[in-house]
Amino acid sequence: MDYEVVIGLETHAELSTESKLFCGCSTKFGAEPNTQVCPVCLGMPGVLPVVNKKAFEYALKAALALNCTINQHTNFDRKSYYYPDLPKNYQISQNYYNLGVDGYMNIEVNDVMKKIRIHNVHLEEEAGKLIHPDEAGADYSLVDFNRAGVPLLEIVSYPDMRNAAEVENYMYTLRKILLYTDISDCKMQEGSLRFEASISLRKDGEQKLGNRVEMKNLNSMKSVLKAIEYETSRQSELLDRGEKIERETRLWDEIREKSVRMRSKEEAQDYRYFPEPDLLPFVIDEKWVCSIKETLPELPLEKKQRFVESFQLSDYDAGLLIEDKILADFFEECVKEVNFPKVFCNWIINDLLREVKEKKLDIALLKIKPAQLAALVVMINKGIISNTIAKDVFSEMINTGKEPKTIVEEKKLVQISDEGLIDEILDKVIASNPNAIEDYKKGKKNALAFLMGQVMKETKGKANPKLVNELLKNKLDS
Amino acid sequence: MKLLSFTALQIKRKILSREVLTADLIKNLFERIYKVDPVIQSFLTLNEDDAINKAEEIDKKIANNENVGLLAGIPIAIKDNICTKDLTTTCASKILRSFTPPYNAFVIKRLLEEDSIIIGKTNLDEFAMGSSTENSSYKITRNPYNLNCVPGGSSGGSTAAVSADLAFMALGSETGGSIRQPAALCGVVGLKPTYGRVSRYGLVAFGSSLDQIGPVTKDVSDAALLLRVIAGRDKRDSTCADIAVPDYLKDIDDGVKDIKIGIPAEYFGEGLEDDVRAAVDNSLKIYEKLGAKIVDVSLPHTEYAVAVYYIVANAEASSNLSRFDGVRYGFRANDIKGIDEMYCRSRSEGFGKEVKRRIMLGNYALSSGYYDAYYLKASKVRNLIKKDFDAVFEKVDCIVCPTSPVPAFKIGDRFEKPLEMYLSDIYTIPANLSGIPGISIPCGFSKEGLPIGLQILTNRFEEAKMLQIAYAFERETDFHMKKPKL
Repeated sequence: MDYEVVIGLETHAELSTESKLFCGCSTKFGAEPNTQVCPVCLGMPGVLPVVNKKAFEYALKAALALNCTINQHTNFDRKSYYYPDLPKNYQISQNYYNLGVDGYMNIEVNDVMKKIRIHNVHLEEEAGKLIHPDEAGADYSLVDFNRAGVPLLEIVSYPDMRNAAEVENYMYTLRKILLYTDISDCKMQEGSLRFEASISLRKDGEQKLGNRVEMKNLNSMKSVLKAIEYETSRQSELLDRGEKIERETRLWDEIREKSVRMRSKEEAQDYRYFPEPDLLPFVIDEKWVCSIKETLPELPLEKKQRFVESFQLSDYDAGLLIEDKILADFFEECVKEVNFPKVFCNWIINDLLREVKEKKLDIALLKIKPAQLAALVVMINKGIISNTIAKDVFSEMINTGKEPKTIVEEKKLVQISDEGLIDEILDKVIASNPNAIEDYKKGKKNALAFLMGQVMKETKGKANPKLVNELLKNKLDS
Repeated sequence: MKLLSFTALQIKRKILSREVLTADLIKNLFERIYKVDPVIQSFLTLNEDDAINKAEEIDKKIANNENVGLLAGIPIAIKDNICTKDLTTTCASKILRSFTPPYNAFVIKRLLEEDSIIIGKTNLDEFAMGSSTENSSYKITRNPYNLNCVPGGSSGGSTAAVSADLAFMALGSETGGSIRQPAALCGVVGLKPTYGRVSRYGLVAFGSSLDQIGPVTKDVSDAALLLRVIAGRDKRDSTCADIAVPDYLKDIDDGVKDIKIGIPAEYFGEGLEDDVRAAVDNSLKIYEKLGAKIVDVSLPHTEYAVAVYYIVANAEASSNLSRFDGVRYGFRANDIKGIDEMYCRSRSEGFGKEVKRRIMLGNYALSSGYYDAYYLKASKVRNLIKKDFDAVFEKVDCIVCPTSPVPAFKIGDRFEKPLEMYLSDIYTIPANLSGIPGISIPCGFSKEGLPIGLQILTNRFEEAKMLQIAYAFERETDFHMKKPKL
């Protein structure tokens, strides 16, 4: 039978504030265990939380970027459950009055735009991390509380996605928005971006939603997609056999590539939410929201559309440029210098990205500056250097951050456009390659290319190729 | 020993004039503690060495004419649910038997800045849950006026210590009357500040939306002095108000002429013992004589206060106490297999009966399907109780009523009857629910010679007026000068 897959995602993103959500401890990743802790984030007796305003601001920013309505009256709630990585055995989160509600995010699959509704965006504190010893038969576990209290943003979508492709696009688009707004570093390998999916099936045409299965332990975007694929076939097989899908929570087993039951609906935890009495309810100032709205950058999809329209880039090229805000900004800076959008686009998506990949560079720390790439393109355009030479200069610019002019001068790379000089070289090449001349006269076209190559070899690539081509043809045809 | 019966302000004058050396005072005081406290059992931990060192420092400062703080040399006892750096803080619970905080509560920091001397930590009902100090895991504190009676609670250790001249002042804490009720039962002054007047940072939380730390003193002036020191903004407590702290002693002697005193009928109903009623009636006559006007008022939602309180306070407590799990500090059960057993046994063995009862009640009130019917409903009724007071304070300056319906009761009498025990706080709980301040001052004695407390309530942040009204009564009477025979 044919089923429609219905998918919703819960996203957790650690906010990149300097300090934790309710105390002054550092949020830096990778420190020695339990070195970034204090009585507050350790849940010692008698201590109290104080809200980090920056984290609140970041959360508002995300809610606005996701087109949410901001709840003017909001507050924190306590979510109770026992786990050794949760110092107070309750998490300060939001439940009754979430910071942002009823938003949406556009995704684009196969050139079709789709609106995915966002149920809510809220702020909560991160838990610590359990460390289980490797030794066999160990009867203990250790806890690292460095992460406990790091601000965490939860973004809950409606079940508006219908296939893995949409989910994939949702994840990438959301990630880009969080990166564009500069509120999270979204490093999945460090756990600062995590997804949980809820998946249900219903017969094609059916209105009522099927029982949903919540999928946890999805450690990468790939796992999310694999789990969806697995769950879809698992659930459809059950339905085909006439069995019911139970509402439950399942864990994704990455190694075996299958899901296993964690708990049923009956075993579901009762979080006993109630308003956090240690923090006063917030009344969010309209002016504050407006000022945050003003700081919102142009978001990826808008930027892409603008690139296509104002710079006549193809959808594909624009898509590659906006993949990373730093690249998109780099591109725009270049275009501001000289208006050759297509040329810069090619340099960035071909040459720059290749260098970044080969040399494993961090895009945020590039030595080459947009004005320098612009200067290089101008040099090509003026015929000072050839395209081929320019590639070498570019590579050098990436390595050293030097001005292209300096590199060209230091390495004496200026293009040879002196007709007399080229003429001399041509004569030499013609004299030493009689076979090629013969071939050319017989009409073999690649003989010309061969001879061109010889000239370039003689001049270490510096000869003006256009001029060489012209002069060579004249000589051979005369 | 005459020295030890002085009030804090009196002894401060003697210390500043170098008539008394702080070091001698501390030595005298500890001598009395060693003699008397084995009977009273008010202290859980003594801080003698540190106190002597501190006393010598202060004497030196005074000898060198250096500036000293507002509480220079005054020995003070601290309820053992207030965190003191490097000094055990147990909450009278087995689960925190050996817990030594690495930080001071805000109020402790203030006390030290003003040069007071912390002499020890006092007994309480475990985690401040109780009205008799019988729920302590360590000892039963006795009422200095009758050793067979309870001192009240939960700050019974602090009030008994002050009453027996084992401390010049003390800090207590309140969630539902835990300062005022034992102060009344021990014949001392107990003040519960406005919610948000004093930082809760470092007070081990019971009911976070109700908890306040407050003074326990020998007279009203001392309460004014101590409140001035501990009140004020603390950026580590978001619920602590950013409102200037006045010098509460400045206008304390302004009298009560034309002050309007509200008498709520609801506080004089069934369950109020005759001796208490007579003492309060007599007090009202004194106020009238002093020029105050007595006005009948009504707080119609009073009858729901105890029910609301036991939902809100226990719900918050169930959550606040979940951190005591044996993972990071405090008691952990032996021979445990697995995390569930560790939680279960550490908490079952670490907490006492009353604490477990309240955790269960609180969890029930918050559980899915019951939240709306209990916690949410209670929060709404709480708001009505608050509005009752708002309306009354538009008409009168203060409310005067009994602190406790009965004087001190016998040890063991109510221990197995939690509902009766809960009714001990019937007159004090509404102030906690509505956040207003309250003070209990001595106003008489029962036929058995047990102290009776008079309660004065004012609107939020009107502690200055409240102290002024209390002082007018105290100046006119000598109930506060009576001492228990020990």
